[in-house]
Amino acid sequence: MAGKPKLHYTKGRGKMESIRWLLAAAGVEFEEEFIETKEDLEKLRNDGVLMFQQVPMVEIDGMKMVQTRAILSYIAAKYNLYGKDLKERAWIDMYVEGTTDLMGMIMYLPFQPADTKEKNLALIIERATNRYFPVYEKALKAHGHDYLVGNKLSWADIHLLEAILMAEECKPDILSAFPLLQAFKGRISNIPTIKKFLQPGSQRKPPADEKFIAVVRKIFNI
Amino acid sequence: MSGKPKLHYFNGRGRMESIRWLLAAAGVEFEECFLETKDDLTKLQKNGSLMFQQVPMVEIDGMKMVQSRAIANYIATKYNLYGKDLKERALIDMYVEAIIDLNELLMIHIFQPADKKEQHLATIVDKATNRYFPVYEKVLKDHGQGFLVGNQFSRADVQLLETLLMAEECKPDILAKFPLLQSFKARISNIPTIKKFLQPGSQRKPPLQEKDVPKVMKIFH
Repeated sequence: MAGKPKLHYTKGRGKMESIRWLLAAAGVEFEEEFIETKEDLEKLRNDGVLMFQQVPMVEIDGMKMVQTRAILSYIAAKYNLYGKDLKERAWIDMYVEGTTDLMGMIMYLPFQPADTKEKNLALIIERATNRYFPVYEKALKAHGHDYLVGNKLSWADIHLLEAILMAEECKPDILSAFPLLQAFKGRISNIPTIKKFLQPGSQRKPPADEKFIAVVRKIFNI
Repeated sequence: MSGKPKLHYFNGRGRMESIRWLLAAAGVEFEECFLETKDDLTKLQKNGSLMFQQVPMVEIDGMKMVQSRAIANYIATKYNLYGKDLKERALIDMYVEAIIDLNELLMIHIFQPADKKEQHLATIVDKATNRYFPVYEKVLKDHGQGFLVGNQFSRADVQLLETLLMAEECKPDILAKFPLLQSFKARISNIPTIKKFLQPGSQRKPPLQEKDVPKVMKIFH
C-alpha cells in the first residue's frame, strides 16, 4: 500500500524544508506529523523508526527513509527531476551541493552565539554574492536555457529557487547584480506546482522566530 | 581524451580520502596533484578550475568535478557500485550518509583545541558504538549476506570499511562488541583491489599528525 509520503519533523524549515519543496514541485501530496516536544522525539526513537535516531524521517514507498540527501535523491529520481543520464546527474549534484552549503549557513545562523551573528550574516551575504550566485548566473548565461541542466526542470532549479528566497530574507536586494537569476526566480516561481506552494496556506514553513528556536533547542538538546 | 582521473587536494585524507577509496575499490588508476601552499590553492581558484573555489576537485571524463558527494556519486554509478535500482540506491544512500556523518567527526578530531580533545574523542566513541555501528551490525545479521546491500559489493561496503579502520585508529578495540563488523572488515579488506589499496606504497593517505596541522591550516585559511 503506497499512500501519501509522511514527513516526521518539527513544524519548521530546518533540514526538512528542501524535501517539502521537492515533493511540492513534483506535485506530490504529503502528510506531516510534527515533533513538538522532546518526548515526541524520544517516542520515535523508542519505536525504532529512526535508523540513526535522527529526523528528518519520511515514510515513503514502504520505507522509513532517513538522511536528508538520501530522501531528496530518492524523490528526485522517482519523479524525473534528476536529469536524463549520468553526466546530467553530476551537474545537478554539484549545483545542489552548492545551494545546500549556502542554505546550511543560513539555517544555522539562529543557533550561532549572539555575538557572532552579525559577522556570520555578513559572511552569508559575501558567500552568496561572490561564491554561489555567480556560478548559477554564469550557467544560465552560458547556455541561455530556462533551466540549469539539460534544458529541463530538475532538482537543481527547485533547490536554487529555495536558496534564492532564503537569501533574500537575509538581504532583500541580494540578487541586484544577477539579472538572469532574477528572471529565473520569476520563471520558476510561476511553475504551477511551485506557485501553489508559494501561496499562503501551503505546507511551506516560515523562517524560525526566537520562540521557535527555543523550542527546537529543547527538543534536540542543542 | 579521457586519461586517468586527476585528484586535486592536499597530501592528506580530509574530504578526498573516500574518493580515493572508491576509485581504488573500482580498480581505477588515478593521478594526484597536491596543494602544498596557499598559493597552490589560489592559483586553482584564479584559473577558474574550482566551481565554488573549493577542493576536492577531480578531473574526470572531461569535467572538473567538485563537491565530494557529487564526485563520489558519479564514480559509484559509473563503476556499478550503486546498487541495481532506485530502492537499493536509497538504502546505500542512507547507509553512506550516516558514515559520512561519523567520518566528519573523525576528520575534525585532530583540529580540536587541546582542552576539548578528550571530550571529542568520547563523543566519537559514543556515537560510533551506540548510534552507527549497531545499525550496520544489525543489517548484516538480518540478511546474513556478505555485503550491506543487495548481496553485491557497493560503495556502502567500501565506505563502511574505510570508517571502521579510521575508528580503530582512535580506539583499537572499538569493534569489540560487533562480531559481524569484525568479519565484514576482514572480508572486504580481502577483496583484491582493496587489499592492494591497504598495502604500503598505495595512494591511501595516513592520518594527519599534530605537526602537520599548521601546514594544512595555512593552505585553507
